[in-house]
Amino acid sequence: MSRAAILSKIATATSALKTKAPRPDYDAAITHSAPKLAGRDLWEIFSRNLAAVNGRSMQSVAELATFLASSGQSHGYCDPALYERVGAPLAAAGLTVETSYERGRYDDYQFGITRASGAIAESGTLILDDERTSRRLAALSPWVHVAVLERGTIHRTIADALAALGDSTNIIWVTGPSKTADVEGILIEGVHGPGEQIALVL
Amino acid sequence: MFGTQLIDDYARHIPDEKQASVLNGSAAGTESRYRVLHKDYADPDALRRLAGSIKDHTLHHLGDYLVQAERALTERGVQVHFAETDEDARQMILAILRQHEVTRLTKSKSMAAEEIHLNAFLIENGVECLESDLGEFIIQLDNDIPSHIVKPIIHKNRRGIANTFQREGVASDYNDDPQTITRRARVFLRKKYMEAQACITGANFLCADSGRLVVVTNEGNSRFGMAPVPLHIALVGIEKLIPGEQDLAVFLNLLGRSATGQQLTVYTEFINGPRAATQPDGPEQMHVVFLDNGRSNVLASNCREILRCIRCGACQNVCPIYRQASGHAYRSPYGGPIGAVLSPLLFGDRFPEFADLPKASTLCGACKEVCPVDIPIPDLLLRLRDKAKREAIPSPAALPMAPFAMLATSPTLWRSAMVMSKVMNHLPLKVAPIKPLQDWLGQRTLPPSKGGEFRKWLKTRKKTEERKTPRAQTED
Repeated sequence: MSRAAILSKIATATSALKTKAPRPDYDAAITHSAPKLAGRDLWEIFSRNLAAVNGRSMQSVAELATFLASSGQSHGYCDPALYERVGAPLAAAGLTVETSYERGRYDDYQFGITRASGAIAESGTLILDDERTSRRLAALSPWVHVAVLERGTIHRTIADALAALGDSTNIIWVTGPSKTADVEGILIEGVHGPGEQIALVL
Repeated sequence: MFGTQLIDDYARHIPDEKQASVLNGSAAGTESRYRVLHKDYADPDALRRLAGSIKDHTLHHLGDYLVQAERALTERGVQVHFAETDEDARQMILAILRQHEVTRLTKSKSMAAEEIHLNAFLIENGVECLESDLGEFIIQLDNDIPSHIVKPIIHKNRRGIANTFQREGVASDYNDDPQTITRRARVFLRKKYMEAQACITGANFLCADSGRLVVVTNEGNSRFGMAPVPLHIALVGIEKLIPGEQDLAVFLNLLGRSATGQQLTVYTEFINGPRAATQPDGPEQMHVVFLDNGRSNVLASNCREILRCIRCGACQNVCPIYRQASGHAYRSPYGGPIGAVLSPLLFGDRFPEFADLPKASTLCGACKEVCPVDIPIPDLLLRLRDKAKREAIPSPAALPMAPFAMLATSPTLWRSAMVMSKVMNHLPLKVAPIKPLQDWLGQRTLPPSKGGEFRKWLKTRKKTEERKTPRAQTED
């Protein structure tokens, strides 16, 4: 059986080692980037680092409504749990907001508004946790993804966020819009996922 | 070819356009890596050394960590398989796909899958297997092979890609604007994601403590590939293990910066099970196939440090040989310094076939300086040269060295050769009707021979030293 054979070969290889490297004991601070962490509060640090990867941070639904209207993104999806606070004001501003996402119409949604379970200030990263967000596709297929964030859930560092990963079997960190540089090293945003990544803090 | 490596031959025949693409792409990669790593960290080398020592520790205890990871995954409902060889892995994956009656799937970039030639095998067996990373997608359309670990189409330019899209029906007309190319792939591939019945990924890391496998992409292709399908299969080399989730802070910070000059890759996905019951999108079944395929043999060798590799491509970008020769010259999915070490080891039963690769290096050491896990690549190249020598494996380069060795070990022969070399100054060698000699001189301009000058100098120096020594002692 392959399993037994592989483990046996590994055991033979490692038992022949004269010395085995101990597990390094280190302070997570070695992974912190001081320039990335400079700033007064977590929101400020987060926003700056998100901007550095061409993401946008917003602090009001009015700001979001203006952005969507001005960029011609008038039809989208909003997580039902966020409808009252985000979806309804957008609908009132004249946008079409659906609270169900149908796979067959994946290209109809120009924006998708879903919950983020947290964020990382050090890198401008949004955290989407399977168990605490509406649906993966709504955060992925629209051109604009709006991740709605509670101010108190921003972790300071990448190491802090790892320590708080939790139990969900699927978590994704999103650091800016989807991008590629495969063609001649030229940066293009919006490859398979969103071309606009927005963090909205409420 | 007389006096050259196979890689030299390859490099000589690369079209100028391709060589320029590789050179520009790899140079840009090296610059952005350096800029970002040194801007963000006062002492990036300390982080590299730490990463290397965590990997070494893991490899030295690989059996324990593998069993721990297996248990963590199984507890969360993941089915775990072990593949000893490439053939085992292909058959296991095909069996899983057949069991689920899968006829079409998307695949996000995986070096392990490249290594076992999974695409071709699945397609032969009636499964449409579509690469979803933009670069890999273009490679697949062209029936080409990737030439860089992170930038698979580093050897291509926009004009070639635009032609491919038109030829293969991805687009109805020719357009070589990179943004248009990307949008066309977006439209084409998202339809494929939605039609697919499974998604195959690799893994960048696998945490033994939680069983979480980490998949990073910039494009979001693995995320999109997995979202609409009921089945996820991850092919994971056994060297991808790290002890715990906390160690990811070291590796993720190094991977993005080393590979593409990014602090973090855009999408970093942590997966250790099927989707949550409350989540409508995502696989209901997840399989992990652990791949050995020679890795346990590498672990038993004196080159085991190469298993630390996290596939960032920094050594390729910085390597003067890679830049000139391109990844294809290395005849395996792994090009550049990493490939020169890994291919001869990983494909151990075909060692003679790859034994020339470790010689295709100037041993300048740039690869070691940029390696995020501090692999002593030049040392490993020397160990593999030694292995080839011990196993008496002939290589093209051995040809001119043999007469040299004979001359260098006999003072009499050496002396006469020195005299002869002066005579050669007056011979029209370039027009001599000796084909190998012409080839060799075709790329070189020989300086005029000053044969014997050193021996003359040494003799006079000896005499002077003998005179000097007693006086030096009295002065003391």
